[in-house]
Amino acid sequence: MAKCELKIGGFGGQGVILMGIIIGKAASIYDGGHATLTQSFGPEARGSACSAQLVLDEAEVLYPYVSHPNVMVLMSQESYNKFAPELTADGLMLIEEDLVRPDPQPNGARILAIPSTRMAEHLGRKLIQNIVMVGFFTAVTGLVSEKAAREAVKTSVPPGTEELNLKAFEAGLQHGKQLAASRA
Amino acid sequence: MSEPRFAPADPKGVLTGTYFLDGDHACCEGALAAGCRFVAGYPITPSTEVVERFSARAPRVGAMFIQMEDELASSIAIQGAVWGGAKAMTVTSGPGFSLMMEHIGLAVMTETPCVFVNVQRGGPSTGLPTLTGQADVMQARWGSHGDYEIIAISPDSPQECFDLMLDAFNLSERYRVPVMFMMDECVGHMTEKVVIPPASEIMVEERHWTDKPGLDYLPFQANANLVPDMTRAGEGHRFHVTGLTHDEKGYPVINAEAQEKLVRRLIDKIRLNAEDIIHIEERDLAGAEVVVLSYGITSRVAERAIAMAREQGVQVGAIRLVTLWPFPERRIRELAGQVGSFVVAEINYGQMFYEVERCAAGKVPVLLAPHGGGTVHSPEQILEKIMEARACRQS
Repeated sequence: MAKCELKIGGFGGQGVILMGIIIGKAASIYDGGHATLTQSFGPEARGSACSAQLVLDEAEVLYPYVSHPNVMVLMSQESYNKFAPELTADGLMLIEEDLVRPDPQPNGARILAIPSTRMAEHLGRKLIQNIVMVGFFTAVTGLVSEKAAREAVKTSVPPGTEELNLKAFEAGLQHGKQLAASRA
Repeated sequence: MSEPRFAPADPKGVLTGTYFLDGDHACCEGALAAGCRFVAGYPITPSTEVVERFSARAPRVGAMFIQMEDELASSIAIQGAVWGGAKAMTVTSGPGFSLMMEHIGLAVMTETPCVFVNVQRGGPSTGLPTLTGQADVMQARWGSHGDYEIIAISPDSPQECFDLMLDAFNLSERYRVPVMFMMDECVGHMTEKVVIPPASEIMVEERHWTDKPGLDYLPFQANANLVPDMTRAGEGHRFHVTGLTHDEKGYPVINAEAQEKLVRRLIDKIRLNAEDIIHIEERDLAGAEVVVLSYGITSRVAERAIAMAREQGVQVGAIRLVTLWPFPERRIRELAGQVGSFVVAEINYGQMFYEVERCAAGKVPVLLAPHGGGTVHSPEQILEKIMEARACRQS
């Protein structure tokens, strides 16, 4: 695993923090690397801006904060407007394509889009949008293994919802793989 | 002399496994593993998650959580629980910690082993409820009136929130002293991998119960290590517990001789055992031009600054205080004759800085890298002080 500084942004209720927990768990527990998750912690409520920051590394993470994010997952326009300028020039950005219009375009960075909310709705629950995004993230970044991510999803979602969430994960994963294949 | 009596942890409280936990939750699991079975608290950000988890875990472990009317009640309820035989803690942040000061003094005076967790936020007063600070470390040492010594510990990761809670409870039993567990908001809300070992691998220091029968037992008669053994209320021993100056029976004696004897012992039991208590981490001190001393979250921020300084050719060493109190006086005095200078980085405007300055005694420059709180230092702020310290030394 190469060192990665990841920022996930969205609005409260979208499961931004849970997404951070799942990726961190996959990297540190199931892939055997190291991960540190910090979050903007404030009196935020559903609907307001929310972010999670993760440092992923093979070595122990000493400095725990994201200072030069090279991967971003943005799921709301507000988070795009706020965080996109911080992305490093060679960075990678994943966006929720119905909720984020990448304008102005960031310099040099690659953008990959997924209609994760629509996909979640097709699977039956809008709530699992973040897990669709975890699948997409796993496929296109390669930062966590599929096996680890699947295990982390399974152990992080409420008991009884594992099956639905794993479906969401697979949908995101396949979307990512197809996108990668079409660009290859 | 009452030697440490270790036993494997009670498996009921040990959630063996590998988790992705934040510091607050890990702190709670550390307390449960250490045998804590009673928590009284008045939830306050950023410490709430500790008691939230404890209240959920308590019924399955056979523990009890009481949400009290305030911090005064919380800090005294735990002491009642201890005299009833339980291991106990309370959990708070700055404003609540201020309210607990009187009862920290009571725990010192009555030699009640217990743990006070303070997940520090920015102050003074209600300050910054959701944002970090490290400005309560002097308060932990001196906040209650009178003359005394306590133990304070500062973790820098969720894993340490678990591991060091075991030390906190063990030390509180060994020395019959309240232990201050000084987290900060960053460590409390940071999530990382936490490994909880099997109960058989966790050594818990049991309470030092007296083996003396009936009237032979004097509740404040100290052993050779200056610490008296305890009894449980209702077990047939006579005892009296008071915040007044007292004799070995625990009865009030209001004169200078009794005061000298008691206060001297309360202080000496920590000072004379300081080497057993103190835990610090040292790195690259040999030939260091600058040594950065820090604790809690700041020690992890300092790592980045140290790496940057090394890239510029500066020889930098590091000291991390795991134990804040008692202060590693002997070691800092010794190093003051060997290293070039000290930079103390902390999220306040100078607290441990004064301790380092005192022990350095003018032999080497000591610079403060201060921060008002609300966030951590930028590595550049600490780097700037490292470069300044090196320049001081050269001039």
